[in-house]
Amino acid sequence: MAIEVDSSEEFIGYAHPERLVSTGWLQERLSSPGLVVVESDEDVLLYETGHIPGAVKIDWHTDLNDPVERDYIDGAAFAKLLGARGITRDTTVVIYGDKNNWWAAYALWVFTLFGHADVRLLDGGRAKWEAEGREYTTERPRPVAVDYPVVERDDRSIRAYKDDVLAHLGEPLIDVRSPEEFSGERTTAPAYPDEGALRAGHIPSAHNVPWGKAAAGDGTFRRAPALDALYRGEAGLSDGDRVIAYCRIGERSAHTWFVLTHLLGFENVRNYDGSWTEWGSAVRVPIVRGSEPGEVPQRKG
Amino acid sequence: MDRMTELPQSLAQIRDDFLELDQSDRLVLLLEFANELPELPAQFADHPDLLERVEECQAPVFIFVEVGDDGTVHLHATAPKEAPTTRGFASILVQGLSGLSAGEVLDVPDDFPQTIGLTDAVSPLRLRGMNALLSRSKRQIRAKIAA
Repeated sequence: MAIEVDSSEEFIGYAHPERLVSTGWLQERLSSPGLVVVESDEDVLLYETGHIPGAVKIDWHTDLNDPVERDYIDGAAFAKLLGARGITRDTTVVIYGDKNNWWAAYALWVFTLFGHADVRLLDGGRAKWEAEGREYTTERPRPVAVDYPVVERDDRSIRAYKDDVLAHLGEPLIDVRSPEEFSGERTTAPAYPDEGALRAGHIPSAHNVPWGKAAAGDGTFRRAPALDALYRGEAGLSDGDRVIAYCRIGERSAHTWFVLTHLLGFENVRNYDGSWTEWGSAVRVPIVRGSEPGEVPQRKG
Repeated sequence: MDRMTELPQSLAQIRDDFLELDQSDRLVLLLEFANELPELPAQFADHPDLLERVEECQAPVFIFVEVGDDGTVHLHATAPKEAPTTRGFASILVQGLSGLSAGEVLDVPDDFPQTIGLTDAVSPLRLRGMNALLSRSKRQIRAKIAA
């Protein structure tokens, strides 16, 4: 049975406010049956330093990525992971994390690949929980293992591969990296480890909207009018657009995917997780340098 | 002589301590290192301009390497408490490199981070942060020796 939604007035105006919960809402429901809180961070040790009481940890590197191939885990591994965390197919999952919920949004996107229906973000993540002086514990919960069904991942509707992006050229692309990465300025110097891509720049015609612009100073999402101005205004998106977002490895763009899909209501948004580390090293794909989006090129024969 | 056997005692001990643990306990040990990272000495805390930012780490981490008159190396590092993994990496190097000679530090294999059993527990991508800390430390030492 799903847990009631958070009807806080700050969420009014979002297309799918049921995808967010506030810190106060969560505090009151921490030990509710049918609710599991998941922490997902950039830093693999942050959970161990203290976490929301009862929260379980899911790490994107060591839990959600396939250990060998550059891909996500399969349905069997996802079922094992969630079952061990006490999550059933009907569980309401609230995910939170560090860095404006960057990795939490990424975990939510992966849950969505497997069609988990009720998965929400804690608005403000760790930063807001902490700023409000709410409780942390280092005590690790010991969830009773439950059965989670083996559901095959559906990569068609919210995930884009490189060939999908090539076919998409001419329709809106959002590059959510920093302006320096977008323009192709080299930020590395000789003798430093490289950035993992052989070429610098961006996919032709992409608009640069750094992902963090969607977050307010306290780590919450900016409210609906501000997001509207950013994406429908500055980036020029229109209702009905098919959109692909990308970054370097698909994590920052999962945050933007969440904003476009759940907060602004775009119904056809895909995250290109191959992102710049694939595109910037691929052979014969078009690249534009500089701060302008650039033109969609004629196809090479 | 096999170069692996030349790993300084301090680093070899750290490596062996990690390798004898199972995967989840390796994270616990890394957290202990994170908690042990010393505060910056006052002369650096008051002069952030002396510190070099390690851009390859996603968390803001800064390092400064001193080479004493006797040729021994002292590494100083600072990273926020919200970045315990980066603090742990820095602390391993602070403890493992400090007191070595400049030559000994330069001889530390560049893939030392990949040899201490953290690849699966932490992930290869995150471990690159420690490679960056090591290579920037060596670079500072080379610059100081050349000066």
